[in-house]
Amino acid sequence: MNSVFRNNTTMNLTQLSKEDILLALSEIPDPEIPVITIEELGILRDVKWDCITCTIVITPTYTGCPAMKVIEDDIRIKLKSLGIENIIVELVYSPAWTTDWISDTAKEKLEKYGIAPPEHSSVDKGTLLGKPRDLRCPHCSSKNVQMISQFGSTACKALYRCLDCREPFDYFKCI
Amino acid sequence: MTLEQAKFEYLLRLGDSSLIIGHRLSEWCGHGPILEEDIALINIALDFVGNATSLLTYAAQVEGKGRTEDDLAYLRNERDYRNLLLTEQPNGDYAMTIARQFLYDVYTYFLYEELKNSKDETIAAIAVKSHKEITYHLRHTTEWMYRLGDGTEESHQRLQNGLNELWMFTSDLFDMDEVDAILIKAGIAPDLNKIKEAWEKRVKEVVAEATLQLPTSIAKQKGSREGKHTEHLGYLLAEMQYLPRTYPTAKW
Ligand SMILES: [Zn+2]
Repeated sequence: MNSVFRNNTTMNLTQLSKEDILLALSEIPDPEIPVITIEELGILRDVKWDCITCTIVITPTYTGCPAMKVIEDDIRIKLKSLGIENIIVELVYSPAWTTDWISDTAKEKLEKYGIAPPEHSSVDKGTLLGKPRDLRCPHCSSKNVQMISQFGSTACKALYRCLDCREPFDYFKCI
Repeated sequence: MTLEQAKFEYLLRLGDSSLIIGHRLSEWCGHGPILEEDIALINIALDFVGNATSLLTYAAQVEGKGRTEDDLAYLRNERDYRNLLLTEQPNGDYAMTIARQFLYDVYTYFLYEELKNSKDETIAAIAVKSHKEITYHLRHTTEWMYRLGDGTEESHQRLQNGLNELWMFTSDLFDMDEVDAILIKAGIAPDLNKIKEAWEKRVKEVVAEATLQLPTSIAKQKGSREGKHTEHLGYLLAEMQYLPRTYPTAKW
């Protein structure tokens, strides 16, 4: 809503810089976790702009992530609102997305939203071998938590419960 | 056979296996034994279908005949499918599904670990991405192997029955032909004998820990490399392909 381009769709394309485009795209929320943006999540990888064609490079969190199509549509809508007509959205798999790309501010937002943020992925290697994890409840900060299922409401989350406040919560899995 | 032809064939083998086992798992949607498992199985199914999408997209590109990943998935007949026989086996009861997934997860865990080093950059990139997901799949099925195998008398027996029934399809996992020979030489695909060694070791360990017996049946069924399938694949394809074949222009 605060976009400087909001009422400026007739802007001359040659005046539009790559930074302007990046700024506009960085407002797009993730469709499944709307408190963080696709940029904070690390899905938005690159922007190429030659004043005619805009190429956006994105990478999926999980290979089967159903949100990718929605994200692509959101990017197209946003770019069209800037007056850009030639849009290419490129999906890349390499380098593979990792939770390490989620910024610290985004991790704070996740926790406030009720999703326990991922720890560093090297930490999670231990949990693959079944070792306990240093994880706290996003509601009451208790570390007395228990996993209900490794697979939660979306591919990127696991389901936990807090044994102190008794609330269930999602944990953003490390990959 | 040219290198490109071998690559196309190989991508079909990988992609079809993911697609078919993903579709099988999706049949559990709404029927899981508990809600958490229902969600888990569908999440895993989604990983497989996503992996199939990227592999079949690349296969279509390598083939260069203008087909898309959807054409490959929906417009090929049974005999053109190259998925492993294990992946098309019916879900049976929950223990049977776990047995099938476990045998397959151990296989893909070691196979994709090797594919990460493929000299083909696209295959390597897909493998790096998928291996992270497979690691979670394997952990999930291994836990259920212990839980059911070392659980009640009934869960133990059901899982043992599942293993016994599926065992005959495991030699198909390691069958190699000219396609493999060409790609091994080019550094694109691994030697399946190497995967077999690691697979046998891990399966043996988990089966023993789960207090189960390694099946002793010597009956073997192979043929997925030539598209010789069990009767189950035809029924699966009929359901999976019905909509796009009946309404070829349908979009959703
Ligand atoms: Zn709590």
